[in-house]
Amino acid sequence: MIYFDNAATSWPKPPEVKEAMVRFMDEVGANPGRSGHRLSIEAARILYEAREALSKLFNVKDPSRIVFTLNATESINLALKGLLRTGDHVLTSSMEHNSVMRPLRELEKRGVTLHIVPCSPQGELDPEEVKREIRSQTKMIVLNHASNVTGTLLPVPEIGKIARDHGILFFVDAAQTAGAYPIDMESDGIDLLAFTGHKSLYGPQGTGGLAIGEKVKIQDLTPLKQGGTGSRSEFEEQPDFLPDRYESGTPNAVGIAGLLAGVSFVMKKGVAFVRQYETQLIGKLTEGLQEVPGILLYGPQNPAEKMATLSFNLKNLAPSEVASRLEDESGILCRPGLHCAPSVHKTIGTFPEGTVRFSLGCFNTLEEIHKVLETIDRIARRKN
Amino acid sequence: MPYVVILFPSTHYAIRAEKMAKGSGFTVKLIPVPRHLSSDCGVCLRCSSDQKEPLECLLQQEGIKIEGIHFLSD
Repeated sequence: MIYFDNAATSWPKPPEVKEAMVRFMDEVGANPGRSGHRLSIEAARILYEAREALSKLFNVKDPSRIVFTLNATESINLALKGLLRTGDHVLTSSMEHNSVMRPLRELEKRGVTLHIVPCSPQGELDPEEVKREIRSQTKMIVLNHASNVTGTLLPVPEIGKIARDHGILFFVDAAQTAGAYPIDMESDGIDLLAFTGHKSLYGPQGTGGLAIGEKVKIQDLTPLKQGGTGSRSEFEEQPDFLPDRYESGTPNAVGIAGLLAGVSFVMKKGVAFVRQYETQLIGKLTEGLQEVPGILLYGPQNPAEKMATLSFNLKNLAPSEVASRLEDESGILCRPGLHCAPSVHKTIGTFPEGTVRFSLGCFNTLEEIHKVLETIDRIARRKN
Repeated sequence: MPYVVILFPSTHYAIRAEKMAKGSGFTVKLIPVPRHLSSDCGVCLRCSSDQKEPLECLLQQEGIKIEGIHFLSD
């Protein structure tokens, strides 16, 4: 079997992720921050270590500014719904996933004005076009770090500078990049970073978080949920300090134990190393696919401009048909369709049919690339 | 024996304080918050009285929020 669906969730995970989770279940198991006994303290230590590791990974000085959530979607909802108010103007790109688009469309109904800056058919965004759309009411720029459909990297540091120059908050959805591409909240000018734990950070599903930059005033960011935090228990009002303000209810501590192991795995390997390895793989895959008869490739072809994700179609063959032949003939698992991103497919001209997506991770190999290329070539030639 | 307990707004800060303190050579221990000091369900940091001043200084430098410091005895 060949797993080419890492943009949906990475698989396999490093063995230490499972081991950390088993260890948590066997030896820790308690509720973090809810008691003074040693198991509760040990669970709280795991959460702390995970926060600290992530704060180092994204260059956030204070680990309490890393807030855990279920996934990037929850982080996006927290940031957007927590900060945007009636009358605010928001800028985003046409390369956004529904995890961003749907909360923004919901906020539009509540009186937030939304402007979607169009991207090129390759999914590229011109920072000057974003700059031109800034108004006095513009509160935030919301941007995907890289597309989950084409892998296109969006100009985060450039937009970060524009946002900073104009005193606007800059929100980045790093679901496709965190762990696989260097992120420095300070030098990239990012004020809010939503990440997921189960993709390039190699943690389990049900883990993610929001990194909150120093420029964001905590009193302005309304929590999505209120509830028990183990702190200030004598009061019926939600705590006003980090991270408790945004972490009500028992956390996914076993998942975070796995996430800590995943983040440690990535940091030990080095994000730069992972990036280099995956760039090489996607480069080889792209080159090979360019030779396939009747193929249509979408997004940038230069691996330096993208993540290890690509979209394609074979002429006169539906994406779902290509995907099922890939699985039936060679056990290749990928994802056809719209990838929860209709706006992206409209931008690249593949709506409503969608594309076939290959997305790689650090456990894929060159041998797998060769096998996939052989199979695709066979399917395409049989068809044409 | 008299000793000192340092209270924090939440467990996150208590764990961070313990890590910083141990990293700087202090002898500290996380213990349940004594009921008469706070109704919180969390933990606080226990150290000997003579470590109070330098430890408080370190935690302030690291930007760790302190809720309260109490002198107690066994």
